[in-house]
Amino acid sequence: MSKILKKIGAQKALEMYKRMLKIRRFEERVRYLFLEGIMPGTIHQYDGQEACAVGVCSALADGDVIASTHRPHGHAIAKGLTCKEIMAELFGKTTGCCKGKGGSMHLGNMDKGMLPSIAIVGGNLPIVTGMGLAFKLRSKKNVAVSFFGDGASNEGAFHEAINLAAIYDIPAVFVCENNLYGASTHVSIVCKLKNIADRACAYGIDGVVADGNDVLAVYETAEKVIKKARNGGGPSILELKTFRRCGHSRRDSKAYMRKEELDYWMARDPIAMFKDILLKAGFCSEEDLERISKEVDAEVEEAVEYAQASPDPRPEDALEDIFA
Amino acid sequence: MAKKDGNRVLTIAEALREGITEEMERDEKVFCIGEDIGIPGGWGGAFTVTLGLEKLFPERIINTPISEISIFGAALGSAIMGMKPIADVQYGDFLFCAMDQIVNQISMMRYISGGKIKVPVVIRVPVGASNRGPQHAHSMESWFINVPGIKIVCPSNAYDAKGLLKAAIRDGNPVMIFEHKLLYGSKGARAEKGTIDASRYIPKEDYIVPIGKAEVLRKGNDVTILSTLLMLHRSLSVAEQLESEGVSCEVIDLRSLVPLDTEGIFNSVKKTGKVVIVEECTKRGGWGAEVAARIAESIPDHLIAPIKRIAALDTPVPFSPVMENYYVPSLERIKDGIVKTAAY
Repeated sequence: MSKILKKIGAQKALEMYKRMLKIRRFEERVRYLFLEGIMPGTIHQYDGQEACAVGVCSALADGDVIASTHRPHGHAIAKGLTCKEIMAELFGKTTGCCKGKGGSMHLGNMDKGMLPSIAIVGGNLPIVTGMGLAFKLRSKKNVAVSFFGDGASNEGAFHEAINLAAIYDIPAVFVCENNLYGASTHVSIVCKLKNIADRACAYGIDGVVADGNDVLAVYETAEKVIKKARNGGGPSILELKTFRRCGHSRRDSKAYMRKEELDYWMARDPIAMFKDILLKAGFCSEEDLERISKEVDAEVEEAVEYAQASPDPRPEDALEDIFA
Repeated sequence: MAKKDGNRVLTIAEALREGITEEMERDEKVFCIGEDIGIPGGWGGAFTVTLGLEKLFPERIINTPISEISIFGAALGSAIMGMKPIADVQYGDFLFCAMDQIVNQISMMRYISGGKIKVPVVIRVPVGASNRGPQHAHSMESWFINVPGIKIVCPSNAYDAKGLLKAAIRDGNPVMIFEHKLLYGSKGARAEKGTIDASRYIPKEDYIVPIGKAEVLRKGNDVTILSTLLMLHRSLSVAEQLESEGVSCEVIDLRSLVPLDTEGIFNSVKKTGKVVIVEECTKRGGWGAEVAARIAESIPDHLIAPIKRIAALDTPVPFSPVMENYYVPSLERIKDGIVKTAAY
């Protein structure tokens, strides 16, 4: 058994597995609801990147905060939002985490440490710098985490946010989930660097790379950079190499993906990989995993029923919540 | 800094500085973030408003790189976590570098959260043509009246500047304060040529000027003049001159563009039936268009003359003083518009 798995322990490891599975089942159910035309809107799904959200969020402490992107379902589940409040938001219901004003691209609940996610690529990074600045100004030992994709690393906001965070040693971690594609554009077309984390040297901070499909590697690396930020060591860029198993959005058939790459990554399912590790470590039996699977399915199904049974907002509710 | 008793006439720059100081003393969540602030030997922002504050509040003057996206993003993030940032740029023209953070993020965050998040962000914006050429000159208030979720104030004198700033800091919402470069009364190396005296007696006692309330600065019966900032001062000069020529002008300082004091405006228009709007924003889509539309839509029967808009030209702000003077509504242009409207 690896040192890190031993340190995490069976209980927490199984909880991490459960969250990853919950994300996958949630996304599968959402895809069905969307394709059947039952769910409104558009969807950007997280299948395949579960180890990133769960690995990082599991390394956070109470009071730490995260911010996500237009692809936030996984981060929301990993940070402890309930399937019910997320699903209801996807259905645009009053019981949603943002009362139906945000939708699929704006999931969050500050009571649980998640900013309503920011759907402008790169838009959350400067805000995370500010959340970290508030921790620093108020002498709180907390950390703010930004999740973003490879695409966001080419935005001006990436540069400005990380530079400001660096010069003030702001307790922030910038987690780049490099899933190889910004919509349909392969990262190699728009970035000459092999590692996006290499950009860290431009800001005088650490840049580290981890296997984003190995939840233990994500956890172990995240824990280090989070600890550093918490203790006044300043921000880091954590690049997680991963892959989006689903399309970019809606009915995307991934026709732009390269066959060899697709085959390689599809064989590296982060959930299946972690499952093998847990079984080999003797942390659980097949029966335990079957029970977890059933619990997760039940929770997702309950969320769908809850969301569908929840009331629609009144049209004129659109007029509320502009000013405090 | 605060003057001794009996010497309490302050410029806008001084009144803003005093207002910021008092609010920072009153509430430790208030802090300043911006370019070129808090540098010993520096200017205290481009127009001396934050001069010396780093000595009083070394931890709460956050000097940033020239990096507008990060200024407004960080202001928002800190506000979400309970702080009350006062964010500024050297020149309003630089706001355009940070439009995503202001328009998509700051203005919408409360709404997107379903009303759960408060966004007490104050944005200070120097505006106005002042012989600097097209990119340090723009008056862009009008751009932001189209953005739901942001309040907009435009103080024309030191009393209102301090009172509106304090109201903005305590408001709990995003508030943009547009400040005119020729009204600051900045001193020393940052003194402005062509400055108009906008200093006022500032009481020692704490006060605010409520956001959303216009003020009638001159009573009159023939024409209602609606204006803000530098154009308000020019309108007052013209109104004074016209009094002797037999035209009685009611001059209203709108002070807030969002929310707009429609009640105050309508009351005056119902009395005079004639409206002249004077603004330094470009005419096409300027805030005057919105104010004119509100009047025409709500109380058309009270109008006895077409609404007149006197605004900057629909061009960039030209550098040459000759052209710039032509671009910004002059005393002559304002007078001509008022006289024609009064005679209608």
